Amino acid sequence: MRHAPVRPSPERAPRGVNGESPAVRFPDMKRMKRRTGTGRTERSYPPLMLAAAVSVSLIALIPLCFVVGYSASIGPTEAARLVFRPRTGELLWNTVRLAAGCVLLCAVIGVSAAWLVERSALPGLRVWNVLLVAPLAIPAFVNSFGWVSLMPGATGYGGALLIVTLSYFPLVYLPVAAALRGLDPALEESAHALGHSPWRTFLRVVLPQLRPALLGGSLLISLHLLAEFGALQMLRFPTFTTAIYDQYQSTFNGPAANMLAGVLVVLCLLLLLAELRLRGRARYARLGAGSARPSPRTRLGRGTAPVLLGLGVLIALALGVPLGSLGYWLTMGTSSAFPVGMLVTTTLTSVGLGAAGAILTTVIALPVAWLCVRRPGRLSVILERSTYFGNALPGIVVALALVTIAIRLTPALYQTTALLLTAYAILFLPRTMVNVRSALAQAPPVLEDVAHALGAGRSATFRRVTLRLIAPGLGAGTALVFIAIVTELTATLLLAPIGTHTLATQFWSHSDSIAYAASAPYAALMVLISAPATYLLTREARKGARA
Amino acid sequence: MRRLKRLAPVVAGIAALTMLAAACGNDSSESDAGTLTLYNAQHDDLVAAMVAGFTKETGIKVDIRSGKDFELANQLVQEGDASPADVFLTENSPAMTLVDGNGRFAKVDDETVAQVPAQYVPSSHNWVGFAARATVLAYNSKALTPDRLPESIMDVAKPEWQGKVGVAAGGADFQAIVSAVVAVKGEQAAADWLKGLKANAKIYQGNGAVMKAVNAGEIQAGVIYHYYWYKDRAESGANSADTELKFFDGKDPGAFVSISGAGVLKSSKHQAQAQQLVKYLTGENGQRILSDSKALEYSIASGVPANPALKPLSELDPPAIDVATLNGPKVVELMQQAGLL
Repeated sequence: MRHAPVRPSPERAPRGVNGESPAVRFPDMKRMKRRTGTGRTERSYPPLMLAAAVSVSLIALIPLCFVVGYSASIGPTEAARLVFRPRTGELLWNTVRLAAGCVLLCAVIGVSAAWLVERSALPGLRVWNVLLVAPLAIPAFVNSFGWVSLMPGATGYGGALLIVTLSYFPLVYLPVAAALRGLDPALEESAHALGHSPWRTFLRVVLPQLRPALLGGSLLISLHLLAEFGALQMLRFPTFTTAIYDQYQSTFNGPAANMLAGVLVVLCLLLLLAELRLRGRARYARLGAGSARPSPRTRLGRGTAPVLLGLGVLIALALGVPLGSLGYWLTMGTSSAFPVGMLVTTTLTSVGLGAAGAILTTVIALPVAWLCVRRPGRLSVILERSTYFGNALPGIVVALALVTIAIRLTPALYQTTALLLTAYAILFLPRTMVNVRSALAQAPPVLEDVAHALGAGRSATFRRVTLRLIAPGLGAGTALVFIAIVTELTATLLLAPIGTHTLATQFWSHSDSIAYAASAPYAALMVLISAPATYLLTREARKGARA
Repeated sequence: MRRLKRLAPVVAGIAALTMLAAACGNDSSESDAGTLTLYNAQHDDLVAAMVAGFTKETGIKVDIRSGKDFELANQLVQEGDASPADVFLTENSPAMTLVDGNGRFAKVDDETVAQVPAQYVPSSHNWVGFAARATVLAYNSKALTPDRLPESIMDVAKPEWQGKVGVAAGGADFQAIVSAVVAVKGEQAAADWLKGLKANAKIYQGNGAVMKAVNAGEIQAGVIYHYYWYKDRAESGANSADTELKFFDGKDPGAFVSISGAGVLKSSKHQAQAQQLVKYLTGENGQRILSDSKALEYSIASGVPANPALKPLSELDPPAIDVATLNGPKVVELMQQAGLL
């Protein structure tokens, strides 16, 4: 920390990395550069901050290194025997066709819904907007529980495709709606003036501009599907994740489980690479905020009734069925049979783990985000990217890696809350990182300099200036991680310490033995806990996109 | 700044909850001298009832970690001497054999061994059986009549059963049944049988789900353990009304009776109390709780008769199999080869 001088010191200035540093002649240049945000400064990395950031990145890389190391350690012949067998092909085919089908359906549903809400004169726009995001508050495994407990036939490919689509289409709807809102109507008007029909204008002018949002949402859905366990297990549709769990139950962390995990990691990394490339291109494609003028809304006329009906059916399927089913099973279990004590303890455990994990994750995101924003450079980028793998690693892979490593290297950590929280941090670091980074980027460093100049110490400056500026970003990041942890199932199943039951694991153990009425209250509590945070985040997202 | 104001209460709330969580976390004293740690792969409610009886009688508290047979067995092997577990309970014996084969068990007290009939105890006396379950074929009574049922469990791998039969292949229950097929018919026959099943069977996530599917007519028959059917009949019959059970006979591998095991870990720091727990589970009081419970598994020790709702154990005709020889890892390997895992 000592090496973060506010005032440029004469003996440091000439050693700038920018070649012939103008700082020699204009000592104030450094501060000006930071103020204008042109990026690279010649300041060194504060050692404590750097050490913290490096440790966080190393922890985030544990699962990936483990999978690679494990595959190498069992040797090519054994690895090939375990990977190249018909079962792997079957799982690959299932995983790929589910992801492809789901992405396609979500794209169609998400874009249509976003267009209706943003561009048409649909009655009840605000209500529809909330309803179209609301499925995010229902974990996919609760959704599939809702369906399967009422319609046991809703299994296999068809059932799985229907149910994951209903769970995940908001992931396309949200970014596409935001992008539509930001589009400059002038382009479409020009297309009209040049003689394009409305439909052709949409295909040729609007859709290409939505591409980054659409592809980003699709990739997110694919990653979610690769990691999805609970929903697919309940729907009897085997994919890599469910197969790894079956292997885990039969062999604990045996070679077959770890090799399947290796294949899954490769799939996830391919998607992650695609996403990174896409992000690079996204900047090209996206326009600036453009004019503040809102686009004119298309009147639906005679189409209003069928469109309302269609949206109604969509919401009925995505929200009505799971919530209705939960309600049904809640009333089936008589109130005296409600294990109130158990419900209260598991709720407290879930909320406590969620809060502790969310705060831990956000706190450890800070040093990496700080370096990335305030000391941009190759090292910072590498550190930040390494925390990004969590996005692509399914809970089961992270948990399996931590179980094996803890047993072999750190038995004292094994079966502790600390290890579970570590898994959460690895898994959900990327979700909070985005928020922390952009919050820091928006906090002008000049204010910190002013505070220093006025005599505030480093920690006082952080507390009274920086922290207050970045608090909204931290809060949003923390809330995101909180929801994710409360509804996390797979890693919790493997890593929860003895006697620790969360809402998700209790729900799972009951629905596993088809005791639907017994599992319903746990599912309802999960939905209740995540609903307000989901709503809050949607409103923030709307506002953010408008600004 | 408006955003800040709105999020401030959220952050404050989360911070408050964290402290609450930390406070909750503190009262779980793991190294309490009087508390046993039980790795339990049996049904939670059954074991909770039996353990409650034990705690009431002895004052010894028991922490339970739940998991599946092989998950916990492999975990014990990996944990080695560092394992926090004192006692291990399984649903089926192959997982006990796995742990025993790695030398993790201490010998069970002679007094306890004497409470259990010899056929349910391995000759090493390193663990004992404390409950049993019988393999059955549940069939849809509208789709099938008794005369159209298979003679042997081996027959469901024949082409005429394609798409008509269900199993819970991922579970230790079914894997124990496969181990019986290996023990009675040999490895090659078992491998062929599994290949046939891969082609024929719909795979479900548990015996309960198999029975439900049979009841709904999704499949005509499914291989399960007896108590799923009896439990459902005792409750509402909602998932079994249109099903009946076929007990295989003639010492067919399909008549296999699987033994749930209990053992004391060698690494346990509470040997005396751990032995006490196993003694209680196989003793008259423990067995009575088992027999009276809604679990409807067979009580087998201390002369306590099985629940009267069940077909008596003496009327079953299981193949004679040494409980110590059922091989879990071999079964998993065969099932991986067949593509069922």
